[in-house]
Amino acid sequence: MIDWLSQPWPWYIGGPLIALVMLLMLLFGKQLGVSSAFRTFCTMGGAGKYIPFFSLNLKEQLWNVAFVAGIILGGWIAGTFLTTDAAIEISEATVNDLAELKIDPPPPSGALIPTELFSWDGLRSTRGVVFIVLGGLLIGFGTRYAGGCTSGHAIMGLSNLQWPSLIAVIGFFTGGLIMTHLLLPLLLNL
Amino acid sequence: MLKLIKFLIAGVIFGIILTKSEVISWYRIQEMFRFQSFHMYGIIGSAVVVGIVIVQIVKRLKLRSIEGNPIEIEPKASGFIRYFVGGSIFGLGWAMTGACPGPLYALFGYGYTVMIVAIFSAIIGTAIYGLLRDKLPH
Repeated sequence: MIDWLSQPWPWYIGGPLIALVMLLMLLFGKQLGVSSAFRTFCTMGGAGKYIPFFSLNLKEQLWNVAFVAGIILGGWIAGTFLTTDAAIEISEATVNDLAELKIDPPPPSGALIPTELFSWDGLRSTRGVVFIVLGGLLIGFGTRYAGGCTSGHAIMGLSNLQWPSLIAVIGFFTGGLIMTHLLLPLLLNL
Repeated sequence: MLKLIKFLIAGVIFGIILTKSEVISWYRIQEMFRFQSFHMYGIIGSAVVVGIVIVQIVKRLKLRSIEGNPIEIEPKASGFIRYFVGGSIFGLGWAMTGACPGPLYALFGYGYTVMIVAIFSAIIGTAIYGLLRDKLPH
């Protein structure tokens, strides 16, 4: 069982399971969404005193803090008990593209991300700061401006056939394609 | 407190799914934005197809939440600029960090502790949005 769970899950398992989590949240009386927790953290930090956007009733928002605490725990469980040593099998074409950008292919240790960019050591370089800090700022700013992220818009919103969510998802890909194809080669040279 | 535990458990399940289906991998996100694999499209696509069916069932059967309230899905406010521009700004960050908000937390839990810096930055980014909100077109 553990062996089987530890293998990478194919898309046709992962996708439908994500939809079932969305159903679970509906049954709990909430809509799946992760980015709203950033707003709750601002409220918890006292931002409501200065910015009306953050003067929320904290009690009603604590569920999204519990939800993201669960995601951290889930990541820890998967990373501690359900790991394999196999390298992530990304396509040959991506390996080649990344090689041109001087990014090594996924290592056989099973690493999920390139640690030359995303590590405490990496954070000592301009490049690392840009990828981690600027990347985070863009995520926080953009998701709240758009009123949701991949879970709230792409999964919950599209499942509910909402136009705003379709526009947002088109935006996600517009930004993602611009970054990947135009800006990433420049930023990796920092 | 007890009420919150169910959301913690839902989060644990969500975190395991995101990790094991490799949604939290920077490499997978690069592959997606380069259109070089079906994996991420399969995940998002199948989640949405199953999700559409689920939402239709919930609405037609008028299902209730476990607390007995009717399940109502609040529609998002109409608009274009906020969704397209806000979405694009998020997309830039998604392709950089290789993680959307859920995966940021999952990566931190997985052991990539530096991601707490990205999470903190995202909180600051949200605060900046709150500060500029009235001046931005929506």
